[in-house]
Amino acid sequence: MKILVTAKRVVDANVNVRVLSDNSGVDINNVKMAVNPFDEIAIEEAVRIREAGNAEEVVVASIGPTQCKEQIRTALALGADRGIFVETDADIQPLAVAKLLKALVDKENPDLIILGKQAIDGDNIQTGQMLAALAGLPQATFASEILLADGEATVTREIDGGMETITVKTPAVITADLRLNEPRYASLPNIMKAKKKSIDTYTPEELGVDVTPRLTTLKVEPPSDRQAGVIVADVEELVDKLKNEAKVI
Amino acid sequence: MSILVIAEHNNESIKAATLVTVAAAQEIGGDISVLVAGANCGAAAEEAAKIDGVTKVLVADNAVYEHQLAENLAALVVEIGKDYSHILACTTTTGKNFLPRVAALLDVAQISDVSGVISQDTFQRPIYAGNAVATVQSSDPIKVLTIRGTAFDSVAAEGGSAAIEAIDVVTDAGLSRWERAEIAKLERPELTAANIIISGGRGMQNGENFALLEAVADKLGAAIGASRAAVDAGFVPNDMQVGQTGKIVAPDLYIAVGISGAIQHLAGMKDSKVIVAINKDADAPIFQISDYGLVADLFKALPELDELLD
Repeated sequence: MKILVTAKRVVDANVNVRVLSDNSGVDINNVKMAVNPFDEIAIEEAVRIREAGNAEEVVVASIGPTQCKEQIRTALALGADRGIFVETDADIQPLAVAKLLKALVDKENPDLIILGKQAIDGDNIQTGQMLAALAGLPQATFASEILLADGEATVTREIDGGMETITVKTPAVITADLRLNEPRYASLPNIMKAKKKSIDTYTPEELGVDVTPRLTTLKVEPPSDRQAGVIVADVEELVDKLKNEAKVI
Repeated sequence: MSILVIAEHNNESIKAATLVTVAAAQEIGGDISVLVAGANCGAAAEEAAKIDGVTKVLVADNAVYEHQLAENLAALVVEIGKDYSHILACTTTTGKNFLPRVAALLDVAQISDVSGVISQDTFQRPIYAGNAVATVQSSDPIKVLTIRGTAFDSVAAEGGSAAIEAIDVVTDAGLSRWERAEIAKLERPELTAANIIISGGRGMQNGENFALLEAVADKLGAAIGASRAAVDAGFVPNDMQVGQTGKIVAPDLYIAVGISGAIQHLAGMKDSKVIVAINKDADAPIFQISDYGLVADLFKALPELDELLD
């Protein structure tokens, strides 16, 4: 079995992003970049499936500018076997990402595709579902457990108010939620080994995909500010304020 | 403009998320149809017909739609939705699951988690965990949107009298099957529907101490939430998490107890009407966004609060 995973390059989760003063976007110059944390969970899951003897190869893909190779190397250090880099400086929106990944699925014929449930920059939560649609595959989003057997994957999903279990035929697209696993840290020997693993590079043109954006971002603004209120002296004053001033209890 | 709203329901009744989505549809403006796809969902369809502002209710009643499996539901929505200018669902785990599939099959972009309607093709949405708000314009012939539940005021559940029309399209992709669901039995209101929420963070120290929150929650009729730190530490299950990667809530009153106020958490609750923070660290960032702050040891403050609410 072959598993395809993704490693999107995003602003590190610990960076407090700032909106640019011309409202054209957020400032991503000189900030720490990382593999999208949900993709890290997807990569970890794929590596564990291979380590358990249920897959032979884990292939990791990333799409974007040259620097995305760093995220591919990180994924290779975490245990992926081989990388695919789709190089482009264009604004790549989720539908275009899904089309590029579909082209890679056609080339690689993976039995399972695992992606993060969302990227923490755009928060779109679309790519996995769109890829599944374009490839004509079933999907199991927000996965917290994956069991593989007999050409099927039984997946427990995080849904509002609880959990749901569905079974999908493989090949399938699965998107990883927080509780699926806890990703490992890359060890130094594995980081060294990752440097020797191969990365194939394509362009969207070579893959025959039109990545023209469908959405135009007119402006990006900071959210409306919430002002700090008052500090109350004790619980008694708090209850009094909630009852008589805010009138919420 | 003609807008198709995909109803969120449990086959018996319509969920509140649908009322919010219809409200967003009204802001866009145009004829509003509601699709109720389910199995034995006649009661839900009748409820949908009463929603204020709805012109028409389409009912696809078939076993293949019972559990809202994305493959089957998306194929149905594509079939029906291609005649509409806008297709809307709420940003719930159901909407997030099937709607991008619809957009891809229609070869259009989806605009996720819309928090504001500027015009028929221009919308606002939060990005970077709510640290920025983007205004985006779509050039696609059909606008596919998920609607942020906390960003619009629900329309009235009663007052409408829409015509109900049966749809006999059956789209069974045969790719997936539903096994089971474990819906947490809640003695308290659900987080996303509660008027009052009390949440605990790392400061709670362990899961047992959440009993202190429960006592207060019971008196206030509140739901109980948690920060990601509390979930990651294993104090409470993941479905209690409020934040960017958990539930997005906006109750009338949000009480944050032992929560420092990481961006991740604030993204999920800062639209609450009144925010109270109880934390022993006076420098905790949560105090910068709270209406009422109490610098105190939560293990003293919670029992006191419990007592005063009698």
